[in-house]
Amino acid sequence: MSKPVPLGLAELRQHIQMLEGSRRAAGALPFGIERIDTRLPGGGLTLGAVHEVAGRDQGVVDGAAAALFVAGIAARSEGQVLWCLTQPDLFAPGLAQAGLDPQRVICVEAGDEKSVLMCCEEALRHGSLGAVVAEVSRLSLTASRRLQLAAESTRTLGLVLRRWSRPRDAAEFGLPTAAVTRWRIAAEASRALPVPGIGTARWRLELLRCKGGNTAEFDVEAHNGQAGLALSAPLADRPAAAAAGYGQGGYRAAS
Amino acid sequence: MLKGSDGRRRVVMAADRAAHRAGLRVGMPLTKAQALVEDLIVHDADVDGDSQALDRLAGWALQTYSPVVAADPPNGLILDITGAAHLHGGEAALLDALIRKLSEKEIEACAAIADTWGAAHALARFVARPITMVPPGDSARAVRNLPAAALRLPMNLVESLSVLGFDTIGELLAQPRAPLVHRFGRELGRRLDQISGHLAEPIDPVELPDVAEVKRVFFEPIGAPETLARYTAKLTVQLCDALEARGEGARQLDLHFIRVDGRIEAVRVGMAQPVRDPTRLTRLLCDRIETVDPGFGIERMRLIATQAEPWVHTQITTQDNNAPDLAGLIDTLSNRIGAERIYRLAAVESDVPERSVKRTSPLAVIPLGWPLHWPRPIRLFRRPEPVLPLAELPDHPPRVLTWRGTRHRVVAADGPERIFGEWWKQDGETWAVRDYFRVELDTGERLWLFRSGDGEDSATGSHQWFLHGMFA
Repeated sequence: MSKPVPLGLAELRQHIQMLEGSRRAAGALPFGIERIDTRLPGGGLTLGAVHEVAGRDQGVVDGAAAALFVAGIAARSEGQVLWCLTQPDLFAPGLAQAGLDPQRVICVEAGDEKSVLMCCEEALRHGSLGAVVAEVSRLSLTASRRLQLAAESTRTLGLVLRRWSRPRDAAEFGLPTAAVTRWRIAAEASRALPVPGIGTARWRLELLRCKGGNTAEFDVEAHNGQAGLALSAPLADRPAAAAAGYGQGGYRAAS
Repeated sequence: MLKGSDGRRRVVMAADRAAHRAGLRVGMPLTKAQALVEDLIVHDADVDGDSQALDRLAGWALQTYSPVVAADPPNGLILDITGAAHLHGGEAALLDALIRKLSEKEIEACAAIADTWGAAHALARFVARPITMVPPGDSARAVRNLPAAALRLPMNLVESLSVLGFDTIGELLAQPRAPLVHRFGRELGRRLDQISGHLAEPIDPVELPDVAEVKRVFFEPIGAPETLARYTAKLTVQLCDALEARGEGARQLDLHFIRVDGRIEAVRVGMAQPVRDPTRLTRLLCDRIETVDPGFGIERMRLIATQAEPWVHTQITTQDNNAPDLAGLIDTLSNRIGAERIYRLAAVESDVPERSVKRTSPLAVIPLGWPLHWPRPIRLFRRPEPVLPLAELPDHPPRVLTWRGTRHRVVAADGPERIFGEWWKQDGETWAVRDYFRVELDTGERLWLFRSGDGEDSATGSHQWFLHGMFA
C-alpha cells in the first residue's frame, strides 16, 4: 500500500471503483488492530456490505465464538442493531458483556430461514440501523447477492452468522456467496494460568475470503465486556507483541 | 334454562350445564322439561339482546383477530382468518388466544378451523372440545361422521331425514343429489355443497360503528396487482384525510377487496404507533397485496381504520437526529412475521439466569442491563441439557464430561457461582441451589455447567450436572 502506484494503475483502480458503485465511499469499520485492518481493503470491514462469519465446523459449541465475534463487531457499529434469528437462544446478559448494550438490540424471531433473510434484507434497505445480523445455516448465492445489493444502498453493516447443526451443512460453507468477506472463528485453548482458573479466551480468526484483499489468519485474545479483540502473544517469550497493546475496544493479537 | 317460543309451542332455547346433565335439550317442549326437572328455573330468552351482544362480540373479534368477521346466529361467530393467522403466530395460536380471551370474558366457547364456513360451523358445534383444526383440503372427510343436524338445516327437515334413516352427513353426500333435492328441497343441496366447498358462501362482515372508512366502486372489475396498488394508494390518501379530520392516527387498517363473486379478500396491517402518513401506509398495504387472489376481478374496495388513536402532535426539531425512525421498519416486519416476534430483551432482577430476561416492545425504552461482574454466556439453552461427568470432589467441576454422546476433557474451570432458588416464586425452590462453573475444554471451547444441588445435601437438588450455555 505504501509503494507509489503508477498512474495507469491508479486510473484503472478509479475506473473499477466507479464500476463497483459507491460501496467504497461508505467507509469501513476498523477493528482497531493494525495487523488486521491493513489486510482489509479500506482499513476495516466495509460498511454497506455483507460479511459472513462462521464457527469451526466440527466444534461442539456451534459457533458461540462466532456469535461473540459478530456481537463485538455490531457493538462497534453506530446505531441500533437488528438481530434476526430462528432459535431464540441468544442470551442478552452475554451480549451485554460482549459490549452490545440491550438498549441497542432488537431481536426478530422469524419462523424460518427464508423469513430471516427477508427481514434482514428489509432492514438493510431501511438504512437507519448500524448493523443487521442474520443467523442462517444456508446462504445461497442469490440470497447473498440480494442482501449485498440491499446493503450497498445504505451504510448498514450486514453480518451473516452461519450456524449449522449437521456437518453436511458445514460443507456448504465452501460454496461461493456474494459476501465481501468471509471469516471462520475457532476457539483455541487459552494459555494456562499460574493459578487454577480460566485465562483470557483465545480465538483463531481465519479470513477465508476477502474481496480486493488476500486471505489471512490471526490469533487474537477476546476481552469480554469491551467489544474487542487484541493480537495475542502466542508465546510467553515474545513480550514485544503483547506490548503492542490493546486495540480500540479490547482485541489483542499476534500471528 | 331459557325458554322461548317456536311458532305456537313453547320450547327450551338454551340450557346450562346442570340442565344438560338432567337431560334437558335445546328444542325440547317446555312442558316436557318441566316434567323432567321439578324445580326448574325458567327465564324468558332475550333474542334481540342476544343478537346485539353477538354483534358486539363480532365487533371485538373484528378489531382483534381477523378483518372479516360475521355473527353466525344464534350462538356463533364466523371469522375468515385467511391472511390474518400469521399475525397471531399461526392458526393454532390464534385459536388458543381466542378461546382464552373469551373465557376471560366468562364465555365458554368452542372453535374450529376448516376450509368452509359450513365445515367450521359443524366442527365447532359437534367436535371441538374446545378446539379442532382441519388441514386444508380435508374438510369434507372431517365432517363425514357428523350428524345431519350439523348442516344448518331447519329442525323439521333434520327430523324427516332421520325418519328416512339418514343420520350422518357422509350418508347424505354419498346419495345421488337429484332425488334428494326432489324430496327435501333445494336447501339441503345448497348446504351440502357449501360444506364441501362446491358452492361459495361469502361472509357479509360486521361493520364497526364510527370508524374512518373510505371506499371505491369500479365500473369494470380490476385484477392486475399494479392496478390494485394504484387504487390502494388513492384510498390511503383519502383515508389519511379522513383521519386528519377526526384528529386520529391509524393503529390498524383493513383493506377489503370485494370480488365479483361476493367473496371478500382482506388485508390487515397493524402499526406500533398511530400513523397517518399515506406513503408509509401505502407501502405496508402494498406489501401484502400479493396475498390477494383477485379471482374474476374486484369490483369494490374498502379501506377501514379498525383501530385508531388520537393523534399526538410532536414537535419536530432539527437537532434530534440521534434516534432514527425505526417505527416504519418495525411495522413492516411485524406485518410480515407477527408483532410478538419482534422484541427487545430487557433485564429482570432475578439471579436465576432463565428468568433474568424478558421481552418488551421494540419501541420501548428499557432500563440499563444486568450486573456485569459474573460472566454470562452468549447462548443459553432453553432447557439445560444433562451431561455425564466424572467429578472428583463436591466443590470441583468434572474433569471429563459426556455431552450428546461425545466425551470432552476439561482443562480449566472457574467457579462455583452459587445461585439460590427463588422461594417467593415457587415452593419447590425453597432449598434449591445451583452451582455454576465456567469450564474450558481442551479444544478451547467454553461451556457453562451447573450442578443441581450443593453437593452435600440432597434437599438442595438432584446433584446432576447440566449444560446451560456456551461462551465461545
